[in-house]
Amino acid sequence: MSADKLQVWADTFGRRAGALPGAHVPWLDSLRRQAFERFMSEGWPTPRQEAWHHTSLAPLAAAQFEEGSAQEGVADQVRALVAAHTGHWLVFVDGAFDASLSRLGSLPEGVTIQATSEAWGGHADTVHALYGQAQDGHSTSALNLALASDGALVSLGRGVVLEQAVHVVCAVSEPRAAHFLRHLIQAQAGSQATVIEHYIGLPDAANFRHAVTRLQLDQDARITHLKLQQESPLAWHLGEIEATQAKHSYFASHSVSLGARLARHDIATHFQDERCETLLNGLYYVDQRRHVDHHTLIGHLKPHCVSHESYRGIMADASHGVFTGRILVAEGADGTDAIQRNDSLLLSRLAKSDARPELEIYADDVKCAHGATVGQIDPDSLFYLRTRGIEEARARDILIYAFAARSVARIPDESLRRHVEGAVRRLLPGGDLLEAA
Amino acid sequence: MLNIHNLHASIGGNEILKGLSLQIQPGEVHAIMGPNGAGKSTLAQVLTGREDYVATEGTVEFLGQNLLELSVEDRARAGIFLAFQYPIEIPGVSNAYFMRAAVNAMRRERGEPELDAMDFVKRAKAEMKLVGMRDEFLYRSVNEGFSGGEKKRNEVLQMALLEPRLAILDETDSGLDIDAMKTVADGVNRLRSPDRAMIVITHYQRLLDYIVPDYVHVLANGRIVRSGGHELAKELEAKGYGWIEGVQAAPARRGVKPDDGKKIGVRPAGRGAVA
Repeated sequence: MSADKLQVWADTFGRRAGALPGAHVPWLDSLRRQAFERFMSEGWPTPRQEAWHHTSLAPLAAAQFEEGSAQEGVADQVRALVAAHTGHWLVFVDGAFDASLSRLGSLPEGVTIQATSEAWGGHADTVHALYGQAQDGHSTSALNLALASDGALVSLGRGVVLEQAVHVVCAVSEPRAAHFLRHLIQAQAGSQATVIEHYIGLPDAANFRHAVTRLQLDQDARITHLKLQQESPLAWHLGEIEATQAKHSYFASHSVSLGARLARHDIATHFQDERCETLLNGLYYVDQRRHVDHHTLIGHLKPHCVSHESYRGIMADASHGVFTGRILVAEGADGTDAIQRNDSLLLSRLAKSDARPELEIYADDVKCAHGATVGQIDPDSLFYLRTRGIEEARARDILIYAFAARSVARIPDESLRRHVEGAVRRLLPGGDLLEAA
Repeated sequence: MLNIHNLHASIGGNEILKGLSLQIQPGEVHAIMGPNGAGKSTLAQVLTGREDYVATEGTVEFLGQNLLELSVEDRARAGIFLAFQYPIEIPGVSNAYFMRAAVNAMRRERGEPELDAMDFVKRAKAEMKLVGMRDEFLYRSVNEGFSGGEKKRNEVLQMALLEPRLAILDETDSGLDIDAMKTVADGVNRLRSPDRAMIVITHYQRLLDYIVPDYVHVLANGRIVRSGGHELAKELEAKGYGWIEGVQAAPARRGVKPDDGKKIGVRPAGRGAVA
């Protein structure tokens, strides 16, 4: 990595650091500096590193980002989204909290939902505990830690069940800017909530967004998390979701990745006590020369935990989809039950899919299954539809949508599921023809 | 209505149909019987336009059109329906969505207004009652997890909704117990009408006790070797196929049988499938 490419980021950090929310908080300022030093010394990840084998960030490293020159239309885009669903809405535009677009509604006692930028006064301790360390994750994680300007803080007190979903909208108005967000979710014992992150972009934005979500689930907590990535097809998106789970907690992560020229999602959960359960569900679609990479890790560190993992990808044109599923079963984690699947549908001869299961098992009494398929539209299914008078192109679209629908069906909440179905239909070839029957 | 003359058809270079001729008038029910490997299913596939099968010689005329020139969907829209021997499972597509898409494709063809979801569901539910299907089957994925009998009922349901001019039933009795077969046969009989013809392909005469044909043809070695009335089926039942001149002892069925198992809508790459 040439030094001048990193120098751009040194300039950015120098310019932004003093003005970032929380710059006056000593531990935070020091953490940001440590993290930035780490990024400068390690540079961008390269395909020589195992975890980045199929995903090159060289074009991102070479790209230039600049602040300012906001585009019109963002507020309308956000308002349309907020109006479509009930729930508690936190809106960030260009990496900063926008109170006027947010709609928090009334919250039950014991629940805090706010922007971290507003938490540095009151809830700084909660934030500190969840914020992470400079050495965590990839060098890009450190860049996020150094430059994150804002993010959602969702804190659920003991036993609180939040009926309506928390929506975190991350919109962008600066078409060539880089923004870093860091969301924190803390679920105390027995609490329950659904949190949805929406990443939306304007059609021609070539922005770079890096978003980290850190979750802590205490005993018996249940969190359903949905990330809906709908960046512009010219944008860059790097995301990390990192959860720790205490005894008998349940964490579901649904990752729906539809936009961006390059999207990389690192999703990890760590079982720190017995009888935890997790569902990692993913759906991705890429076309043209776009690239998407899901890199998952399930840390089965304790006995009798269950993980179900299923990612489905649709690749059109000359696009590339990557899935890596690492499952680590630690010594003594007996009674582990882990199932992993990755299914890819290739719509063109130039489209490419790479699937890599990585199972590391150090315990004896475990059930671990994994499977991957890469295929094309099934000619028997196509023929069947056509014999019913459905024209070939339409039949093909139905089968593509059906492939995606199996993933969408795992999203439990109906209005959420319909929202995702809508997003998928608008994107898939011919999907606009398909309406629910 | 249907005029097949000297039809030859091959798959993968193997000639299966070797000069088959058959004429069908509106309102008639023709049974096609024959030993395994005689070409019965091939005939169904060629008539519906399966691309793996190549018609190398002969003509097929359907309602005045050259059938062999039409695409699969155009044949369906012209009024040809095939009840599959092994109906395909399509996870992720609801039966309701699938059948409404099909019904509306036909209605567009006939210049009729499309049915909206509510009208369609009303019609479908009425027909489902007649074939003994519960409403929940509308909202399940097409054929996914259906029993053999449920799949066949679903085929008859589609036939009822699509109102074809020529229905081809490919071994509709296979894998059915006697009660399921009666229900399916009742469904089929209800659809008999003066302007609708049917081809009933079966290995056993059992089904023909319930769907009584006007004509019975014996297909062997790629051509029709004998034709007669319903009594021919009875005779075959009593004497076996070996009784008919020109029918050699049936070889065991060769080649790949369509997969009736679980499908995920895709097949592995590298098997020659083209997206």
